[in-house]
Amino acid sequence: MTDTKKAKHHREPWVHIVKRDDLPWWKAWLIRISAIVIAILLVGVISTLLTKVSFLEVYEVMIKGVFGRLFEGGSTTMLWKFLQETAILLCLALAVTPAFKMRFWNCGAEGQALMGGLASMICMIELGDKLPYPVLLGVIFLTSMLAGALWGVIPAIFKAQYNTNETLFTLMMNYVATQIIKYYVYIEGGGSNTIQPVAAGNLPIIGDNRYLLNVIIVAVLTVGLFIYQKYSKQGYEISVVGESQNTAKYVGINVKKVIIRTMIISGAICGIAGMLLVAGTDHSINTNTVGGQGFTAIMVSWLGQFNPFIMVLMSGLVVFLRMGAGKVADTCALNASFADIAVGIVILFVVGCEFFIRYSVKFKHSNKEVKA
Amino acid sequence: MIITFICRAILLGVPLLFGSVGEIITEKSGHLNLGIPGVMYVGAISGVIGSFMYENACGNDIAAMNPFLSVCIPLLCSIIGSVLMGLIYSFFTVTLRANQNVTGLALTTFGIGLGNFFGGSLIKLVDSDMPSIALTKTSNFFTTKLPFADDLGAVGEILFSHDFLTYVAIAIAIIATFVLKRTRVGLNLRAVGENPATADAAGINVTRYKYVATMIGSAVAGLGGLQYVFAYANGVWSNNAFGDRGWMAIALVIFALWNPSLAIAGSFLFGALCNANNYIQGLGTETQELFKMLPYVVTIIVLVFTSMRKKREHQPPESLGLSYFREER
Amino acid sequence: MGKPVAIELKNITKTFGQKVIANKDVNLIAYKGEILSILGENGSGKTTLMNMISGIYFPDEGQIFVEGQEAVIASPKDAFGYGIGMIHQHFKLVNVFTAAENIVLGVNDGRYNLKKSKAKIKEICDKYGFNIDLDKKIYTMSVSEKQTVEIIKVLYRGADILILDEPTAVLTPQETDKLFDILRNMREDGKSIIIITHKLNEVMEISDRVAVLRKGENVGVVNTCEVNPSKLTELMVGDKVELNINRTEPKNVADRLVVNGITCYSRDGVKLLDNVSFTAKAGEILGIAGIAGSGQRELLESVAGLQKLQSGEILYHNPKTGSIENLRDKTPMQIRNLGVRLSFVPEDRLGMGLVGNMDIVDNMMLRSYRKGKGMFLRRQKPKNLANDIVDRLQVVTPSVSTPVRRLSGGNVQKVLVGREIASSPKVLMVAYPVRGLDINSSYTIFNLLNEQKEKGAAVIFVGEDLDALLELSDRIMVIGSGRITGTVDARTATKEEIGLLMTKSEREREGDNND
Repeated sequence: MTDTKKAKHHREPWVHIVKRDDLPWWKAWLIRISAIVIAILLVGVISTLLTKVSFLEVYEVMIKGVFGRLFEGGSTTMLWKFLQETAILLCLALAVTPAFKMRFWNCGAEGQALMGGLASMICMIELGDKLPYPVLLGVIFLTSMLAGALWGVIPAIFKAQYNTNETLFTLMMNYVATQIIKYYVYIEGGGSNTIQPVAAGNLPIIGDNRYLLNVIIVAVLTVGLFIYQKYSKQGYEISVVGESQNTAKYVGINVKKVIIRTMIISGAICGIAGMLLVAGTDHSINTNTVGGQGFTAIMVSWLGQFNPFIMVLMSGLVVFLRMGAGKVADTCALNASFADIAVGIVILFVVGCEFFIRYSVKFKHSNKEVKA
Repeated sequence: MIITFICRAILLGVPLLFGSVGEIITEKSGHLNLGIPGVMYVGAISGVIGSFMYENACGNDIAAMNPFLSVCIPLLCSIIGSVLMGLIYSFFTVTLRANQNVTGLALTTFGIGLGNFFGGSLIKLVDSDMPSIALTKTSNFFTTKLPFADDLGAVGEILFSHDFLTYVAIAIAIIATFVLKRTRVGLNLRAVGENPATADAAGINVTRYKYVATMIGSAVAGLGGLQYVFAYANGVWSNNAFGDRGWMAIALVIFALWNPSLAIAGSFLFGALCNANNYIQGLGTETQELFKMLPYVVTIIVLVFTSMRKKREHQPPESLGLSYFREER
Repeated sequence: MGKPVAIELKNITKTFGQKVIANKDVNLIAYKGEILSILGENGSGKTTLMNMISGIYFPDEGQIFVEGQEAVIASPKDAFGYGIGMIHQHFKLVNVFTAAENIVLGVNDGRYNLKKSKAKIKEICDKYGFNIDLDKKIYTMSVSEKQTVEIIKVLYRGADILILDEPTAVLTPQETDKLFDILRNMREDGKSIIIITHKLNEVMEISDRVAVLRKGENVGVVNTCEVNPSKLTELMVGDKVELNINRTEPKNVADRLVVNGITCYSRDGVKLLDNVSFTAKAGEILGIAGIAGSGQRELLESVAGLQKLQSGEILYHNPKTGSIENLRDKTPMQIRNLGVRLSFVPEDRLGMGLVGNMDIVDNMMLRSYRKGKGMFLRRQKPKNLANDIVDRLQVVTPSVSTPVRRLSGGNVQKVLVGREIASSPKVLMVAYPVRGLDINSSYTIFNLLNEQKEKGAAVIFVGEDLDALLELSDRIMVIGSGRITGTVDARTATKEEIGLLMTKSEREREGDNND
């Protein structure tokens, strides 16, 4: 072992990463907004390269794709579509947020919303002609929340009891839900894979805008969740459990109870999203009703720092990109999946930029400093 | 019929096997890559693009196509595509220490988008009537059976009648098991996933291991997409046809208790479960759909059961999902 | 001494931040073929000094020479390169690996062949007398087995200088004997062994020489055969320092908390508290002295309802109602609902007492957020409290809405103690309340404790600085290895007396074994 005794000179890495003290909030947001801007520019560049449409025109197409001819005094149809999609995505993001705040990775929003939607569908079909309309609406509302909550609470119970990995559990629950939907659709659809839209039990239309109620419900949820998280005792318990289970136990919080209760809430809000989709929008259900938004919602919640109001902006951004890039693809004869690519790029940028908020990179000039 | 059933189960299982072995390799380095479904799409579409270009270069004439190149070009393209995806994932989660779940999901959105985008573009390019693109010539080379397979009867059919990627998948799974269990590299990799601080103190380059494992894992997973297109689907790409197989591959990782060899049996079992409905007499289509949830239900049961028993060998790597920052001790 | 020098430290100084001087101008020599003890109280800089040899920290000033050559040690890897290996108190092992896998991890010696490596490990084991199953998984091992793996790991890397940080803290007397036999074998083999300890009996038993550290300085190196325990204690604790804490005579003393024979075990089945009984009285400060990790934490957590007990009872005498409540097997919530006014300042301030990411106001609420009807929080009172504490205790903070994680250690502690005494407790337990605090903050805390005593609370004060314990407490109870080894009157006791009590249980137990 004598050869190992030779002193190997410590070679210093040319960059050194150090954890930052907290950045002032405006600096942090400057970094985030820059990341979003760079990502959107990148999407523009890619669009230009693919379509040979000029750079600025791409954005014009995008904006028109999202808002239609709204700014030229045209109809608001497109705008409402945008608001509706934002509302649904936001609703799902709101749903997963309390769980995330508790450091419980609820990746099952998709399945929980599907189950909520399924409950609505069943009520609409089975009870549609048996109950008076207001009662029916109430039943739909309740059963959807219950169904979503049930789907959410199962992984939570196992997490609380046996510390079962919730990321994987909730993921699997999504596909169980999907198959149940397939089963149900097959039965109700009489062997086809669609159910004809059901007229009974649709959410009421306010004015002449079929999406207005959805938007209102989600707006109420947004404010409600904000208040719940910030001003309620339960919301406070969620924060404490998420930050430190040790502290929670020290002050006498029943951690298991909080986990289960929070997932009931999370699942129930997902159930509402499902209801909005089925009773409020499609009046039918299929496996694609939620359309992967349960996953996008996870990212929105994360990007929004678990703050419902920031999440409004983030879901708006994601939907804007999805619709805008979709329109670019449509106009320029590109495949519609271009929208997914755009959304993926933007989310990656925003997730990645957190690094520059939490750490700072120091380039070594001298070799004086040694890692301590 | 039982033989067709078994062969079909294997055929259905192989993409899952690739995916789960890739994911196991990645997870062993402590990274839960939820981007694997996206990676598999990219692996598939890269292969399709490679094959498409080669078929066109040969004037779509099977006689002009070199069997070796016909296989190697898609293979290489697929690997390059998936490795790039793995590189993106590791850059974000290892270097930038971004949240693994969010990065993975974003990568899945991105990857599926890429797959469908290029797939859709190719479909439009060939101006086909069908919403799909057929690369049957390349597929022929992929599915060439061993010459003596048919002579051996049932045994021959079950053991030797598959496309070569099936054997590659099994070989990779066995090699991965061997490397993980019996080599220094495997030992180091497992240490990185279990306890990066300990590995770091022992002089192991944690960052390098994480990067390499993620990229190799992605390459392997990507081959699953390739096998699906060229062996299962006979070279026909249509958008979204690959479906949820990526997620099922992740389920399989849990089912196989992070052991690539167990994943072989698991993938065939999953394949069988996905397929059993077609072979059970008197099953209505609706019940078949319920049957298809079996792989997921089984996975959940395994997940719950292992967490209840708390047997340490059957748990996910200890620091799965956590970023490692040396100065944070 | 004619032995060759293994390692020499010259004028080593290490500071953390601007204020904390961990080591000051330390000179030290370790020879080959000897066992050198580094003796010192908690916080005397023993571990920091050794961490600089093993590459965890880098010294601010001074030089290290290995076998006469100057050595630059910037990482554990560098240290191994110089043949230096350290066995830390917290083991760095992979739980699901076998002993052998952990030992060979990261060592590149030709083709990977566990069988061959095992043979090599066996050789080491035989040479020094280790007895271990190489195929056993770490998570199934006892602490002593894990330690053995760590030692073999270091030897396998060819270390000639071994540093052991408090190696016996976690061992039973039998295991300690076994370890010492092995250490002696290694000494015979010409290795240089440095053990960090504060147990006098062990120093006397095992080492050839002792270096005593006090407040980061080397206050003397002596040959073990030339000293006795009381001389070492004197060196270790130093002269008594007058702190000028205003200690009043206890008034209206009455039993408040009577603990009878509590015993508890760790998850691994190690006895953490062994039949502990004591009484905390209203109107006085009961100091608890002892080596770190002797069961102080478990003792306080038992009272707070955070520790499962195997036997015993904890009786709270309610001064208002005169009733007596048994707190054993009750959750913190149940204890509070019984009307027990118990406050607890835990050792882990940001990981247990406070939530680092929450602001001062929200941290004030931790104890009281359930108050009031309805589902919503009432922030006004906590906010007033926060402002009050910031003013009264002079907490330096931009505002009460600053996350506590951003405050300095002293200010964090003021916030925590301020909150805990705000509920005018009848029992106040504080663990290491001035650890890492500057002098002024320390005095603020001491005064607060005195104030509570005068208000009639039973104060339980777990401390490590004997000077502070002697100045502040009325009685001092000494705990050693989970047992109470004695209780003394703080007004008359000396540091030496307490120092000897702190190590008493060890010797008693050893005496038991010899029977």
